[in-house]
Amino acid sequence: MKKIKERQTSASSDAVAPESYFRQQLAEDKFVIQRCERTGRAVFYPRAISPFGGGALHWERASGRGEIYSVSVVRRRPERGGDYNVVLVDLEEGARLMSTVVDVDSADVHIGMAVQARIEHPEGCDSRLVFVPATQANQIKGESA
Amino acid sequence: MTTHTVRGSSAIVGVGTTPGWNSPGFSALDQLGIAVRAAADDAGIEVDDIDGLFTATLSQFMPALSVAEYLGIHPKYMDGTNIGGSSFLAHLLSATVALNAGLCKVACICYGSNQLSAGGKLATLTEPSLWELPYKPRNPITGYALATARHMHQYGTTREDLANVAVSARRWAQLNPEAYERAPLTVENVLESRMVSDPLSVLDCCLVTDGGGALILVKADAAKDYPQKPAYVLGVGMETTHRQVSQMADMTVSGAKVSGQRAYAMAQVSPQDIDVLQLYDAFTINTILFLEDLGFCLKGEGGAFVSSGAIAPGGTLPVNTNGGGLSCNHPGMYGVFALIEAVRQIRGNCGDRQVAGVDLALAHGNGGQLASEVTAILGSEATL
Repeated sequence: MKKIKERQTSASSDAVAPESYFRQQLAEDKFVIQRCERTGRAVFYPRAISPFGGGALHWERASGRGEIYSVSVVRRRPERGGDYNVVLVDLEEGARLMSTVVDVDSADVHIGMAVQARIEHPEGCDSRLVFVPATQANQIKGESA
Repeated sequence: MTTHTVRGSSAIVGVGTTPGWNSPGFSALDQLGIAVRAAADDAGIEVDDIDGLFTATLSQFMPALSVAEYLGIHPKYMDGTNIGGSSFLAHLLSATVALNAGLCKVACICYGSNQLSAGGKLATLTEPSLWELPYKPRNPITGYALATARHMHQYGTTREDLANVAVSARRWAQLNPEAYERAPLTVENVLESRMVSDPLSVLDCCLVTDGGGALILVKADAAKDYPQKPAYVLGVGMETTHRQVSQMADMTVSGAKVSGQRAYAMAQVSPQDIDVLQLYDAFTINTILFLEDLGFCLKGEGGAFVSSGAIAPGGTLPVNTNGGGLSCNHPGMYGVFALIEAVRQIRGNCGDRQVAGVDLALAHGNGGQLASEVTAILGSEATL
Protein backbone atom coordinates (compact mmCIF):
# COMPACT_ATOMS: atom_id res chain seq x y z
CA MET A 1 0.00 0.00 0.00
CA LYS A 2 1.30 3.39 -0.95
CA LYS A 3 2.16 5.49 2.09
CA ILE A 4 1.30 9.14 1.78
CA LYS A 5 1.79 10.73 5.17
CA GLU A 6 1.93 8.97 8.51
CA ARG A 7 -0.78 11.10 10.11
CA GLN A 8 -3.20 10.66 7.20
CA THR A 9 -3.40 6.89 7.52
CA SER A 10 -3.12 6.77 11.34
CA ALA A 11 -5.30 4.09 12.97
CA SER A 12 -5.94 2.06 9.86
CA SER A 13 -2.45 2.40 8.37
CA ASP A 14 -1.92 -1.35 8.40
CA ALA A 15 -5.36 -2.18 6.98
CA VAL A 16 -5.97 -2.76 3.29
CA ALA A 17 -9.05 -1.10 1.82
CA PRO A 18 -11.79 -3.73 1.31
CA GLU A 19 -12.21 -3.39 -2.44
CA SER A 20 -8.44 -3.34 -2.99
CA TYR A 21 -7.97 -6.47 -0.92
CA PHE A 22 -10.69 -8.32 -2.82
CA ARG A 23 -9.19 -7.36 -6.17
CA GLN A 24 -5.63 -8.20 -5.06
CA GLN A 25 -6.78 -11.64 -3.95
CA LEU A 26 -8.71 -12.15 -7.17
CA ALA A 27 -5.62 -11.24 -9.18
CA GLU A 28 -3.80 -13.96 -7.18
CA ASP A 29 -6.53 -16.43 -8.21
CA LYS A 30 -8.25 -16.43 -4.81
CA PHE A 31 -11.94 -15.70 -4.27
CA VAL A 32 -12.49 -14.22 -0.82
CA ILE A 33 -15.63 -12.92 0.88
CA GLN A 34 -16.32 -11.24 4.19
CA ARG A 35 -18.22 -12.53 7.19
CA CYS A 36 -19.97 -10.45 9.85
CA GLU A 37 -18.38 -11.21 13.23
CA ARG A 38 -21.55 -10.48 15.22
CA THR A 39 -24.12 -12.35 13.12
CA GLY A 40 -21.93 -14.85 11.30
CA ARG A 41 -23.56 -13.89 8.02
CA ALA A 42 -21.57 -13.81 4.78
CA VAL A 43 -21.21 -10.43 3.06
CA PHE A 44 -20.67 -9.52 -0.56
CA TYR A 45 -19.69 -6.88 -1.84
CA PRO A 46 -16.59 -5.91 0.17
CA ARG A 47 -17.20 -3.19 2.77
CA ALA A 48 -15.52 -1.50 5.74
CA ILE A 49 -18.39 -2.24 8.15
CA SER A 50 -21.04 -4.96 8.27
CA PRO A 51 -24.43 -4.32 6.65
CA PHE A 52 -25.87 -6.42 9.49
CA GLY A 53 -25.63 -3.88 12.29
CA GLY A 54 -22.41 -2.07 11.45
CA GLY A 55 -19.99 -4.39 13.24
CA ALA A 56 -16.64 -5.83 12.23
CA LEU A 57 -16.03 -8.08 9.25
CA HIS A 58 -13.33 -10.63 8.59
CA TRP A 59 -12.16 -12.17 5.35
CA GLU A 60 -12.34 -15.81 4.47
CA ARG A 61 -11.75 -17.98 1.45
CA ALA A 62 -15.01 -18.65 -0.42
CA SER A 63 -15.87 -22.22 -1.40
CA GLY A 64 -16.79 -20.99 -4.85
CA ARG A 65 -19.85 -23.23 -4.78
CA GLY A 66 -23.19 -21.65 -5.55
CA GLU A 67 -26.61 -21.96 -7.13
CA ILE A 68 -28.29 -19.83 -9.77
CA TYR A 69 -30.95 -17.62 -8.12
CA SER A 70 -32.03 -16.01 -11.36
CA VAL A 71 -30.88 -15.65 -14.95
CA SER A 72 -31.53 -13.43 -17.95
CA VAL A 73 -30.12 -13.88 -21.43
CA VAL A 74 -29.26 -10.48 -22.85
CA ARG A 75 -29.87 -10.49 -26.58
CA ARG A 76 -27.08 -9.05 -28.72
CA ARG A 77 -26.48 -9.15 -32.44
CA PRO A 78 -24.03 -11.86 -33.54
CA GLU A 79 -21.67 -9.29 -35.08
CA ARG A 80 -21.40 -7.65 -31.65
CA GLY A 81 -20.60 -10.91 -29.91
CA GLY A 82 -23.98 -12.60 -29.67
CA ASP A 83 -26.23 -13.36 -26.69
CA TYR A 84 -24.81 -13.69 -23.18
CA ASN A 85 -26.22 -14.52 -19.79
CA VAL A 86 -26.36 -12.43 -16.62
CA VAL A 87 -26.97 -14.41 -13.46
CA LEU A 88 -27.46 -13.90 -9.75
CA VAL A 89 -25.61 -16.58 -7.79
CA ASP A 90 -26.41 -17.55 -4.21
CA LEU A 91 -23.08 -18.61 -2.75
CA GLU A 92 -22.99 -21.62 -0.45
CA GLU A 93 -21.84 -19.23 2.29
CA GLY A 94 -25.06 -17.22 1.93
CA ALA A 95 -24.17 -14.03 0.05
CA ARG A 96 -25.46 -13.24 -3.43
CA LEU A 97 -23.65 -11.67 -6.36
CA MET A 98 -24.09 -10.89 -10.03
CA SER A 99 -21.98 -12.85 -12.49
CA THR A 100 -22.15 -14.86 -15.70
CA VAL A 101 -21.91 -18.58 -16.45
CA VAL A 102 -19.28 -19.40 -19.06
CA ASP A 103 -18.44 -22.54 -21.04
CA VAL A 104 -22.14 -23.27 -21.53
CA ASP A 105 -24.89 -22.29 -23.94
CA SER A 106 -26.69 -19.37 -22.29
CA ALA A 107 -30.04 -21.01 -23.08
CA ASP A 108 -29.05 -23.93 -20.81
CA VAL A 109 -28.40 -21.78 -17.72
CA HIS A 110 -31.35 -22.20 -15.37
CA ILE A 111 -32.54 -21.27 -11.91
CA GLY A 112 -31.37 -23.80 -9.33
CA MET A 113 -28.34 -24.86 -11.41
CA ALA A 114 -25.27 -25.72 -9.32
CA VAL A 115 -22.26 -23.64 -10.32
CA GLN A 116 -18.62 -23.25 -9.34
CA ALA A 117 -16.55 -20.07 -9.35
CA ARG A 118 -13.73 -19.53 -11.79
CA ILE A 119 -11.42 -16.54 -11.96
CA GLU A 120 -10.57 -15.15 -15.38
CA HIS A 121 -7.39 -13.15 -15.87
CA PRO A 122 -7.89 -11.38 -19.18
CA GLU A 123 -4.77 -9.69 -20.48
CA GLY A 124 -4.71 -5.98 -19.76
CA CYS A 125 -7.97 -6.09 -17.76
CA ASP A 126 -8.95 -6.66 -14.13
CA SER A 127 -9.39 -10.27 -13.06
CA ARG A 128 -13.04 -11.28 -13.20
CA LEU A 129 -15.10 -13.75 -11.20
CA VAL A 130 -17.30 -15.97 -13.39
CA PHE A 131 -18.99 -19.31 -12.88
CA VAL A 132 -19.10 -22.64 -14.69
CA PRO A 133 -21.61 -25.48 -14.28
CA ALA A 134 -20.63 -27.51 -11.19
CA THR A 135 -20.43 -30.63 -13.35
CA GLN A 136 -17.39 -29.08 -15.03
CA ALA A 137 -15.90 -27.92 -11.74
CA ASN A 138 -13.12 -30.51 -11.65
CA GLN A 139 -11.66 -28.93 -14.77
CA ILE A 140 -11.36 -25.53 -13.15
CA LYS A 141 -8.01 -23.91 -13.05
CA GLY A 142 -7.49 -22.07 -9.79
CA GLU A 143 -10.32 -23.71 -7.93
CA SER A 144 -10.17 -22.68 -4.29
CA ALA A 145 -9.03 -25.23 -1.78
CA MET B 1 -55.65 3.84 16.35
CA THR B 2 -54.66 7.47 16.71
CA THR B 3 -54.88 9.67 13.66
CA HIS B 4 -51.51 10.41 12.12
CA THR B 5 -50.73 14.12 12.03
CA VAL B 6 -49.95 13.91 8.31
CA ARG B 7 -53.28 12.33 7.33
CA GLY B 8 -55.40 14.84 5.43
CA SER B 9 -53.18 17.80 6.37
CA SER B 10 -52.26 18.80 2.80
CA ALA B 11 -54.03 18.85 -0.54
CA ILE B 12 -53.07 18.87 -4.20
CA VAL B 13 -54.79 21.89 -5.76
CA GLY B 14 -53.02 22.04 -9.11
CA VAL B 15 -51.70 19.55 -11.65
CA GLY B 16 -50.15 20.06 -15.06
CA THR B 17 -48.21 18.32 -17.78
CA THR B 18 -46.62 19.17 -21.08
CA PRO B 19 -49.25 19.11 -23.85
CA GLY B 20 -47.56 16.11 -25.52
CA TRP B 21 -44.79 13.56 -25.19
CA ASN B 22 -42.45 14.38 -28.08
CA SER B 23 -41.01 17.90 -28.08
CA PRO B 24 -37.77 18.07 -30.08
CA GLY B 25 -35.54 20.96 -29.11
CA PHE B 26 -37.16 21.48 -25.72
CA SER B 27 -34.70 20.76 -22.90
CA ALA B 28 -35.57 18.77 -19.77
CA LEU B 29 -35.97 22.06 -17.88
CA ASP B 30 -38.13 23.57 -20.66
CA GLN B 31 -40.50 20.61 -20.35
CA LEU B 32 -40.48 20.85 -16.56
CA GLY B 33 -41.19 24.59 -16.83
CA ILE B 34 -44.13 24.08 -19.20
CA ALA B 35 -45.62 21.57 -16.73
CA VAL B 36 -45.12 23.96 -13.78
CA ARG B 37 -46.82 26.75 -15.75
CA ALA B 38 -49.76 24.41 -16.48
CA ALA B 39 -50.03 23.33 -12.83
CA ALA B 40 -49.90 26.95 -11.65
CA ASP B 41 -52.66 27.88 -14.12
CA ASP B 42 -54.70 24.93 -12.88
CA ALA B 43 -54.28 26.12 -9.27
CA GLY B 44 -54.95 29.74 -10.21
CA ILE B 45 -51.57 30.97 -8.98
CA GLU B 46 -48.45 32.54 -10.46
CA VAL B 47 -45.21 30.59 -10.69
CA ASP B 48 -43.56 33.05 -8.30
CA ASP B 49 -46.16 32.20 -5.65
CA ILE B 50 -44.28 28.90 -5.25
CA ASP B 51 -42.14 29.07 -2.10
CA GLY B 52 -41.44 25.35 -1.59
CA LEU B 53 -39.68 23.37 -4.33
CA PHE B 54 -39.48 19.57 -4.54
CA THR B 55 -37.85 18.14 -7.63
CA ALA B 56 -35.57 15.50 -9.11
CA THR B 57 -34.40 14.99 -12.68
CA LEU B 58 -32.13 12.56 -14.52
CA SER B 59 -30.19 15.40 -16.10
CA GLN B 60 -29.41 17.85 -13.26
CA PHE B 61 -26.81 17.00 -10.63
CA MET B 62 -28.30 19.63 -8.28
CA PRO B 63 -31.89 19.60 -9.50
CA ALA B 64 -33.43 21.98 -6.96
CA LEU B 65 -30.88 24.66 -7.84
CA SER B 66 -31.26 24.25 -11.60
CA VAL B 67 -35.05 24.25 -11.38
CA ALA B 68 -35.23 27.25 -9.01
CA GLU B 69 -32.94 29.20 -11.32
CA TYR B 70 -34.91 28.24 -14.42
CA LEU B 71 -38.23 29.20 -12.79
CA GLY B 72 -36.70 32.37 -11.34
CA ILE B 73 -37.87 31.57 -7.82
CA HIS B 74 -36.14 31.69 -4.44
CA PRO B 75 -37.89 28.96 -2.45
CA LYS B 76 -37.88 29.15 1.35
CA TYR B 77 -37.59 25.37 1.38
CA MET B 78 -36.25 22.97 -1.23
CA ASP B 79 -35.71 19.24 -1.50
CA GLY B 80 -33.92 17.68 -4.45
CA THR B 81 -33.86 14.14 -3.13
CA ASN B 82 -33.53 11.64 -5.96
CA ILE B 83 -34.57 8.07 -5.15
CA GLY B 84 -35.48 7.34 -8.76
CA GLY B 85 -38.91 7.45 -10.37
CA SER B 86 -40.61 7.25 -6.99
CA SER B 87 -39.02 10.54 -5.86
CA PHE B 88 -42.12 12.62 -6.54
CA LEU B 89 -44.31 10.46 -4.32
CA ALA B 90 -41.72 10.77 -1.57
CA HIS B 91 -41.68 14.54 -2.15
CA LEU B 92 -45.38 14.48 -1.33
CA LEU B 93 -44.47 13.52 2.22
CA SER B 94 -41.61 15.99 2.65
CA ALA B 95 -43.73 18.78 1.13
CA THR B 96 -46.59 17.98 3.51
CA VAL B 97 -44.24 18.04 6.49
CA ALA B 98 -42.73 21.35 5.32
CA LEU B 99 -46.20 22.89 4.84
CA ASN B 100 -47.29 21.69 8.29
CA ALA B 101 -44.15 23.14 9.86
CA GLY B 102 -44.84 26.50 8.23
CA LEU B 103 -41.61 26.33 6.23
CA CYS B 104 -43.52 27.15 3.02
CA LYS B 105 -47.09 27.84 1.92
CA VAL B 106 -47.22 26.80 -1.75
CA ALA B 107 -45.24 23.68 -2.60
CA CYS B 108 -44.47 22.55 -6.13
CA ILE B 109 -43.42 18.99 -7.01
CA CYS B 110 -42.09 18.86 -10.56
CA TYR B 111 -40.21 16.86 -13.18
CA GLY B 112 -39.22 17.15 -16.83
CA SER B 113 -37.23 15.18 -19.39
CA ASN B 114 -36.32 15.19 -23.07
CA GLN B 115 -35.47 11.51 -23.05
CA LEU B 116 -37.10 10.78 -26.42
CA SER B 117 -36.04 13.79 -28.44
CA ALA B 118 -32.53 13.73 -26.93
CA GLY B 119 -31.96 10.53 -28.88
CA GLY B 120 -33.99 7.77 -27.28
CA LYS B 121 -31.22 6.87 -24.88
CA LEU B 122 -31.92 6.90 -21.19
CA ALA B 123 -30.07 10.15 -20.53
CA THR B 124 -29.01 9.83 -16.92
CA LEU B 125 -26.31 10.95 -14.53
CA THR B 126 -26.41 7.63 -12.68
CA GLU B 127 -23.13 6.01 -11.64
CA PRO B 128 -22.26 2.50 -12.88
CA SER B 129 -22.98 -0.32 -10.43
CA LEU B 130 -19.45 -1.26 -9.45
CA TRP B 131 -20.13 -4.92 -8.69
CA GLU B 132 -22.48 -5.54 -11.62
CA LEU B 133 -20.85 -3.64 -14.47
CA PRO B 134 -18.33 -6.40 -15.46
CA TYR B 135 -21.26 -8.67 -16.42
CA LYS B 136 -22.89 -6.12 -18.75
CA PRO B 137 -26.51 -6.18 -17.56
CA ARG B 138 -28.60 -4.09 -19.96
CA ASN B 139 -29.88 -1.60 -17.44
CA PRO B 140 -32.51 -1.16 -16.30
CA ILE B 141 -34.25 -4.00 -18.14
CA THR B 142 -31.99 -6.86 -17.05
CA GLY B 143 -32.66 -6.16 -13.36
CA TYR B 144 -36.39 -6.42 -13.96
CA ALA B 145 -35.86 -9.48 -16.18
CA LEU B 146 -34.07 -11.24 -13.32
CA ALA B 147 -37.03 -10.48 -11.03
CA THR B 148 -39.46 -11.69 -13.71
CA ALA B 149 -37.58 -14.96 -14.26
CA ARG B 150 -37.66 -15.62 -10.54
CA HIS B 151 -41.40 -14.87 -10.29
CA MET B 152 -42.09 -17.23 -13.20
CA HIS B 153 -39.95 -19.92 -11.56
CA GLN B 154 -41.57 -19.68 -8.13
CA TYR B 155 -45.18 -19.01 -9.09
CA GLY B 156 -45.67 -20.22 -12.65
CA THR B 157 -46.29 -16.73 -13.97
CA THR B 158 -46.26 -16.82 -17.77
CA ARG B 159 -45.25 -14.50 -20.58
CA GLU B 160 -48.96 -14.40 -21.47
CA ASP B 161 -49.68 -13.00 -18.01
CA LEU B 162 -47.05 -10.31 -18.56
CA ALA B 163 -48.49 -9.58 -22.01
CA ASN B 164 -51.91 -9.08 -20.44
CA VAL B 165 -50.47 -6.26 -18.33
CA ALA B 166 -49.36 -4.47 -21.51
CA VAL B 167 -52.67 -5.17 -23.27
CA SER B 168 -54.73 -3.90 -20.30
CA ALA B 169 -52.66 -0.70 -20.19
CA ARG B 170 -53.14 -0.19 -23.92
CA ARG B 171 -56.89 -0.62 -23.65
CA TRP B 172 -56.98 2.15 -21.04
CA ALA B 173 -54.75 4.31 -23.25
CA GLN B 174 -57.27 3.94 -26.05
CA LEU B 175 -59.73 5.80 -23.79
CA ASN B 176 -57.20 8.60 -23.14
CA PRO B 177 -56.67 11.12 -25.93
CA GLU B 178 -53.44 12.26 -24.21
CA ALA B 179 -51.82 8.79 -24.37
CA TYR B 180 -48.80 8.43 -26.65
CA GLU B 181 -49.51 4.86 -27.86
CA ARG B 182 -53.14 4.09 -28.67
CA ALA B 183 -52.88 1.53 -31.49
CA PRO B 184 -54.58 -1.84 -30.89
CA LEU B 185 -52.36 -4.34 -29.09
CA THR B 186 -52.84 -8.08 -28.60
CA VAL B 187 -51.20 -10.67 -26.37
CA GLU B 188 -49.75 -12.21 -29.56
CA ASN B 189 -48.17 -8.86 -30.51
CA VAL B 190 -46.35 -8.77 -27.17
CA LEU B 191 -45.26 -12.41 -27.31
CA GLU B 192 -43.92 -11.97 -30.84
CA SER B 193 -42.07 -8.72 -30.16
CA ARG B 194 -38.28 -8.69 -30.09
CA MET B 195 -36.74 -10.27 -26.99
CA VAL B 196 -34.36 -7.87 -25.20
CA SER B 197 -33.39 -9.55 -21.93
CA ASP B 198 -35.21 -12.83 -21.29
CA PRO B 199 -38.03 -13.11 -20.40
CA LEU B 200 -38.82 -9.46 -21.22
CA SER B 201 -39.42 -8.38 -24.80
CA VAL B 202 -39.59 -4.87 -26.16
CA LEU B 203 -43.37 -4.64 -25.57
CA ASP B 204 -42.87 -5.60 -21.92
CA CYS B 205 -40.99 -2.31 -21.56
CA CYS B 206 -42.33 1.16 -20.89
CA LEU B 207 -42.33 3.84 -23.55
CA VAL B 208 -39.48 6.27 -24.07
CA THR B 209 -41.02 9.74 -24.36
CA ASP B 210 -40.45 13.37 -23.53
CA GLY B 211 -42.56 15.21 -21.03
CA GLY B 212 -42.99 17.07 -17.80
CA GLY B 213 -45.39 16.92 -14.89
CA ALA B 214 -46.03 19.15 -11.87
CA LEU B 215 -48.25 19.36 -8.79
CA ILE B 216 -49.15 22.28 -6.53
CA LEU B 217 -49.65 21.37 -2.88
CA VAL B 218 -50.98 23.53 -0.01
CA LYS B 219 -52.13 22.96 3.57
CA ALA B 220 -55.56 21.35 3.73
CA ASP B 221 -57.13 24.31 5.52
CA ALA B 222 -56.17 26.56 2.59
CA ALA B 223 -57.28 24.14 -0.13
CA LYS B 224 -60.73 25.62 -0.60
CA ASP B 225 -59.22 28.98 -1.56
CA TYR B 226 -58.21 27.37 -4.86
CA PRO B 227 -60.53 26.75 -7.80
CA GLN B 228 -60.10 22.97 -8.26
CA LYS B 229 -61.58 20.15 -6.22
CA PRO B 230 -58.75 19.26 -3.78
CA ALA B 231 -57.15 15.82 -3.58
CA TYR B 232 -56.08 15.35 0.03
CA VAL B 233 -52.90 13.50 0.99
CA LEU B 234 -54.03 10.76 3.36
CA GLY B 235 -50.95 8.59 3.58
CA VAL B 236 -47.48 8.15 2.14
CA GLY B 237 -45.14 5.25 2.88
CA MET B 238 -41.68 4.53 1.53
CA GLU B 239 -39.21 1.67 1.61
CA THR B 240 -35.83 0.91 0.09
CA THR B 241 -34.45 -2.60 -0.29
CA HIS B 242 -31.20 -2.06 -2.25
CA ARG B 243 -29.37 0.08 -4.80
CA GLN B 244 -27.79 -2.65 -6.94
CA VAL B 245 -30.35 -5.27 -7.91
CA SER B 246 -27.95 -8.07 -6.92
CA GLN B 247 -28.48 -6.92 -3.32
CA MET B 248 -32.28 -7.43 -3.42
CA ALA B 249 -33.01 -10.18 -0.90
CA ASP B 250 -36.19 -11.67 -2.42
CA MET B 251 -36.80 -10.61 -6.00
CA THR B 252 -40.42 -11.77 -5.87
CA VAL B 253 -41.37 -9.38 -3.06
CA SER B 254 -40.76 -5.69 -3.63
CA GLY B 255 -40.48 -2.91 -1.07
CA ALA B 256 -44.07 -2.07 -2.02
CA LYS B 257 -45.19 -4.52 0.63
CA VAL B 258 -43.72 -2.35 3.39
CA SER B 259 -44.35 1.03 1.72
CA GLY B 260 -47.98 -0.01 1.24
CA GLN B 261 -48.38 -1.07 4.86
CA ARG B 262 -46.97 2.29 5.97
CA ALA B 263 -49.27 4.22 3.64
CA TYR B 264 -52.39 2.24 4.60
CA ALA B 265 -51.61 2.71 8.31
CA MET B 266 -51.19 6.47 7.90
CA ALA B 267 -54.30 6.81 5.73
CA GLN B 268 -56.27 4.37 7.93
CA VAL B 269 -57.65 2.53 4.91
CA SER B 270 -57.35 -1.00 3.50
CA PRO B 271 -56.76 -2.24 -0.06
CA GLN B 272 -60.47 -3.05 -0.45
CA ASP B 273 -61.33 0.63 0.17
CA ILE B 274 -59.29 1.87 -2.84
CA ASP B 275 -61.29 2.91 -5.92
CA VAL B 276 -58.50 3.27 -8.49
CA LEU B 277 -54.79 2.40 -8.68
CA GLN B 278 -51.95 4.09 -10.54
CA LEU B 279 -48.92 1.75 -10.41
CA TYR B 280 -45.53 2.64 -11.86
CA ASP B 281 -45.31 0.10 -14.71
CA ALA B 282 -41.77 0.50 -16.01
CA PHE B 283 -41.98 -3.15 -17.07
CA THR B 284 -44.91 -5.56 -17.15
CA ILE B 285 -43.66 -7.44 -14.07
CA ASN B 286 -44.04 -4.25 -11.98
CA THR B 287 -47.82 -4.24 -12.16
CA ILE B 288 -47.98 -7.90 -11.09
CA LEU B 289 -45.55 -7.41 -8.19
CA PHE B 290 -47.28 -4.27 -6.94
CA LEU B 291 -50.80 -5.76 -7.14
CA GLU B 292 -49.53 -8.60 -4.94
CA ASP B 293 -47.38 -6.55 -2.59
CA LEU B 294 -50.04 -3.84 -2.08
CA GLY B 295 -52.63 -6.46 -1.13
CA PHE B 296 -54.90 -6.63 -4.20
CA CYS B 297 -54.24 -10.34 -4.74
CA LEU B 298 -52.19 -13.04 -3.02
CA LYS B 299 -48.46 -13.42 -3.63
CA GLY B 300 -47.95 -15.46 -6.77
CA GLU B 301 -51.47 -14.88 -8.08
CA GLY B 302 -50.79 -11.55 -9.80
CA GLY B 303 -50.33 -13.15 -13.21
CA ALA B 304 -53.64 -15.03 -13.13
CA PHE B 305 -55.36 -11.95 -11.70
CA VAL B 306 -54.21 -9.80 -14.61
CA SER B 307 -54.99 -12.50 -17.20
CA SER B 308 -58.57 -12.66 -15.88
CA GLY B 309 -59.08 -9.16 -17.29
CA ALA B 310 -59.44 -7.66 -13.81
CA ILE B 311 -57.35 -4.54 -14.43
CA ALA B 312 -58.50 -3.72 -17.98
CA PRO B 313 -61.38 -1.34 -18.72
CA GLY B 314 -64.57 -3.08 -17.59
CA GLY B 315 -62.66 -5.20 -15.06
CA THR B 316 -63.10 -5.32 -11.31
CA LEU B 317 -60.09 -3.17 -10.39
CA PRO B 318 -59.20 -0.08 -12.47
CA VAL B 319 -55.39 0.10 -12.77
CA ASN B 320 -53.36 2.68 -14.73
CA THR B 321 -56.37 4.41 -16.22
CA ASN B 322 -54.22 6.82 -18.27
CA GLY B 323 -52.43 3.90 -19.98
CA GLY B 324 -49.47 3.99 -17.57
CA GLY B 325 -45.82 4.09 -18.45
CA LEU B 326 -46.43 1.26 -20.90
CA SER B 327 -48.83 3.21 -23.12
CA CYS B 328 -49.42 6.81 -21.93
CA ASN B 329 -45.97 8.33 -21.42
CA HIS B 330 -42.62 7.57 -19.80
CA PRO B 331 -40.07 10.37 -19.86
CA GLY B 332 -37.36 8.60 -17.84
CA MET B 333 -39.09 8.85 -14.46
CA TYR B 334 -42.85 8.33 -14.27
CA GLY B 335 -43.84 8.77 -10.62
CA VAL B 336 -45.25 12.29 -10.95
CA PHE B 337 -47.61 11.13 -13.71
CA ALA B 338 -49.06 8.34 -11.53
CA LEU B 339 -49.90 11.03 -8.96
CA ILE B 340 -51.40 13.37 -11.56
CA GLU B 341 -53.73 10.66 -12.87
CA ALA B 342 -54.79 9.81 -9.30
CA VAL B 343 -55.69 13.48 -8.72
CA ARG B 344 -57.62 13.68 -11.99
CA GLN B 345 -59.61 10.54 -11.13
CA ILE B 346 -60.57 12.05 -7.75
CA ARG B 347 -61.60 15.28 -9.50
CA GLY B 348 -63.79 13.19 -11.78
CA ASN B 349 -62.86 14.87 -15.05
CA CYS B 350 -61.15 12.02 -16.90
CA GLY B 351 -63.69 11.73 -19.72
CA ASP B 352 -64.07 8.27 -21.27
CA ARG B 353 -61.62 6.69 -18.85
CA GLN B 354 -63.20 8.15 -15.72
CA VAL B 355 -63.94 5.58 -13.03
CA ALA B 356 -67.30 6.28 -11.40
CA GLY B 357 -67.32 7.66 -7.85
CA VAL B 358 -63.60 7.80 -7.03
CA ASP B 359 -63.00 8.91 -3.44
CA LEU B 360 -59.77 7.00 -2.72
CA ALA B 361 -56.92 6.67 -5.19
CA LEU B 362 -53.63 4.88 -4.67
CA ALA B 363 -50.53 5.95 -6.59
CA HIS B 364 -47.40 3.84 -6.36
CA GLY B 365 -43.92 4.86 -7.48
CA ASN B 366 -40.92 2.69 -8.14
CA GLY B 367 -37.29 3.82 -8.34
CA GLY B 368 -34.05 2.27 -9.55
CA GLN B 369 -34.44 -1.43 -10.31
CA LEU B 370 -37.24 -2.17 -7.80
CA ALA B 371 -34.96 -0.35 -5.35
CA SER B 372 -37.23 2.30 -3.84
CA GLU B 373 -40.96 1.98 -3.48
CA VAL B 374 -43.28 4.79 -2.40
CA THR B 375 -47.04 4.42 -1.97
CA ALA B 376 -49.34 7.43 -1.73
CA ILE B 377 -53.04 7.40 -0.91
CA LEU B 378 -55.09 10.42 -1.93
CA GLY B 379 -58.70 11.10 -1.08
CA SER B 380 -61.61 13.41 -1.81
CA GLU B 381 -63.07 15.65 0.90
CA ALA B 382 -65.46 12.82 1.79
CA THR B 383 -62.53 10.74 3.07
CA LEU B 384 -61.28 13.28 5.62
